[in-house]
Amino acid sequence: MRHLLSTRDLDLAAAVGILDVAEDMADVATREVKKLPTLRGRTVINLFFEDSTRTRTSFELAAKRLSADLINFSAKGSSVSKGEGLKDTAQTLAAMGADAVVIRHSASGAAQVLAESDWIDASILNAGDGTHEHPTQALLDAYTIRKRLHGDASRGRDLAGVTVTIVGDILHSRVARSNVWLLTTLGAHVSVIAPATLLPSGVETWPVKVGYDLDVAVDDNPDVVMMLRIQAERMNAAFFPNSREYSREWGLDDERLQRLRPDTMVMHPGPMVRGLEISAAAADSTRSTVLEQVANGVSIRMAVLYLLLASEGGGL
Amino acid sequence: MNLVITGATLPGGRSTDLFITDGRFAAEPAKGATVLDGAGLTALPGLVDLHTHLREPGYEQSETVLTGSRAAAAGGFTAVHAMANTSPIADTAGVVEQVHSLGAQHGYVTVRPIGAVTMGLEGERLSEIGAMAGSRARVSVFSDDGRCVSDALLMRRALEYVKTFGGVIAQHAQEPRLTEKAQMNEGALSGELGLAGWPAVAEEAIIARDVLLAQHVGARLHICHVSTAGSVEVVRWAKARGIDVTAEATPHHLLLTEELARSYDSRFKVNPPLRRDEDVHALRAALADGTIDIVATDHAPHPLESKECAWDEASFGMVGLESALSVVQLALVDSGLLGWSDVARVMSAKPAQIGGLAGYDAAFAVGSLANVTLYDSAASRVFGLDDLRGKGLNTPYLGRRLPGRVVATIHNGYPTVLDGELLDAATVAASAVAASAVASASVSVSASAAPPASPAPPASSASAADPRNPSA
Repeated sequence: MRHLLSTRDLDLAAAVGILDVAEDMADVATREVKKLPTLRGRTVINLFFEDSTRTRTSFELAAKRLSADLINFSAKGSSVSKGEGLKDTAQTLAAMGADAVVIRHSASGAAQVLAESDWIDASILNAGDGTHEHPTQALLDAYTIRKRLHGDASRGRDLAGVTVTIVGDILHSRVARSNVWLLTTLGAHVSVIAPATLLPSGVETWPVKVGYDLDVAVDDNPDVVMMLRIQAERMNAAFFPNSREYSREWGLDDERLQRLRPDTMVMHPGPMVRGLEISAAAADSTRSTVLEQVANGVSIRMAVLYLLLASEGGGL
Repeated sequence: MNLVITGATLPGGRSTDLFITDGRFAAEPAKGATVLDGAGLTALPGLVDLHTHLREPGYEQSETVLTGSRAAAAGGFTAVHAMANTSPIADTAGVVEQVHSLGAQHGYVTVRPIGAVTMGLEGERLSEIGAMAGSRARVSVFSDDGRCVSDALLMRRALEYVKTFGGVIAQHAQEPRLTEKAQMNEGALSGELGLAGWPAVAEEAIIARDVLLAQHVGARLHICHVSTAGSVEVVRWAKARGIDVTAEATPHHLLLTEELARSYDSRFKVNPPLRRDEDVHALRAALADGTIDIVATDHAPHPLESKECAWDEASFGMVGLESALSVVQLALVDSGLLGWSDVARVMSAKPAQIGGLAGYDAAFAVGSLANVTLYDSAASRVFGLDDLRGKGLNTPYLGRRLPGRVVATIHNGYPTVLDGELLDAATVAASAVAASAVASASVSVSASAAPPASPAPPASSASAADPRNPSA
């Protein structure tokens, strides 16, 4: 694997392969010394044009557990003007000898532009590009679902037949896009639920079931309900009237939570806005996988860094 | 310089010799005329672009009147209309006269400035339309291109006011609220790529409003860069109702589709955006049946750094002058939709007519100004950076095989391109001075002898007296 830019590029074998490597990486975390020498001498750069303490920290931990040299390069707030930023920064990192660049950028396609440019030769790992994709988030979500369902017997399995309902701002969500492609590839049946204003155009061509009504979706008895964060700026742009109405129509409140099966997973990529898209009870219930997702994120990111940097030339 | 072009094929298919004496077509060869071998070449009337961004004044790092003129001549153009979004903006007589006079001085093409509809392109107050129309630049096309005149009342007033001066408003049809932060055509692909959508309705709604306004006030309206099948339907409906509307399509909208955005390669980022395959086919059919009147390039040069970045951060626009004729051949002639006389109409006679540019209504007729493009339609090349002659390298056609090659361009009787290569700037500038001396001499002779044979546009005497302005 040369780069990881999107989950659309992953076929079933590649996707299951990453999840299986992540299982091995998770075992490392149970040891007394949580560190592998695998990437000793390799340099990984966290290049974050957007703030994201959680994702950055997760990658940082992953790289360090593999003994790579990890440098945080925060481009945000620097004085480089628009347009020059990406190219100049990439060339700077290339000159410094980066082996892999983990990039978070507000522009869709930024990771792909970097990967296809001749500015830098390093492996590019997309840590979220605009409203396009966030592949490691989807991988850790898939890993989390698989782990809950199959526990220690997870290796080699896909998600055939699992029903996943994604609720919220699909239009602006890179998490939703990456999950739709990946979970579908793994055999899951995905539904998306949102007001019509927050569904992307062409969603009817996606391999998903589309609905507006969360109550109907809850009564469909899904295996997984994935709640997406609703950003404050959407409220000022007429996507919906106000947070009360959003919460009433599309929030996972206590009443809807009660109607879910006890083993239905409640997922959230974080950060959560409690009381808006998810109630405190839902976030804290035993159904919630939120903290497992965080822990599994490190394993997934270790797996991806390993596959990009340690298995030279080989596929998965 | 006097010229003889031997054995060239006219757009209608007839082969003939063409004689150019003192800047005009003549019935016989002049003694000592330079002979150009036209065998196997198509002689087209000099191409006229109604939509060019020359960037000067203010954005000389992107293009200048000189470099843009050279790109135009290399593409077979003899006249371009320079859009108003310069810095300072072309909203006063001073700016349009400056651009006009730079064009005349360089001489590669006739440069016709377009005036801004509103002051500073702000969409709030009308610019000095009368002053620009009455200036030495004789502006007759007004456009806020790059921005839409979105205020309905202001658009109504502009349409009405410009009638006073015989001009036309060229509308960049883009409802601004529907296209905030828009990055590409809105559809399944924008949803997948996570790029903010530019919906077809934002163009179509403005065109629908404006054709009705034009009808209401009895004004002429020109629509810039029509890009959707729905827009074509609206224009077709308007023409059927007798509304005085004309429309243009760009070469890139006639060939390329939104699928190219998949690469996130910002060379394909343009406004209006590349659309769907069915839109491309609707535009081609509309050009063939006359619903769309002309091809205009929307040549939009940008410096490298404006395109070497993420898609969202890149500037909109692509260069088009050097490739336009080849793209039209590929999209329309080779596919059998247009013949070469249609190409002559949509790339020369009709854009000149819309732009109020005299001398293009009777191509090749004895006595008319000699503006000719000799084109080898049998040639073919892989389009590369070395095919570009302006400053902008932001072409969407790199690495694509395009048919045809401009062999020679004759502007007002003198060559600007020979053997496929631009003549140097000093030679062309000297030719331009010589040509205008001949032209003003012949004007004064004919003026004293008899009234002009062809009706001149109102107040043309002022421009004819300007030695740097032989063609206006």
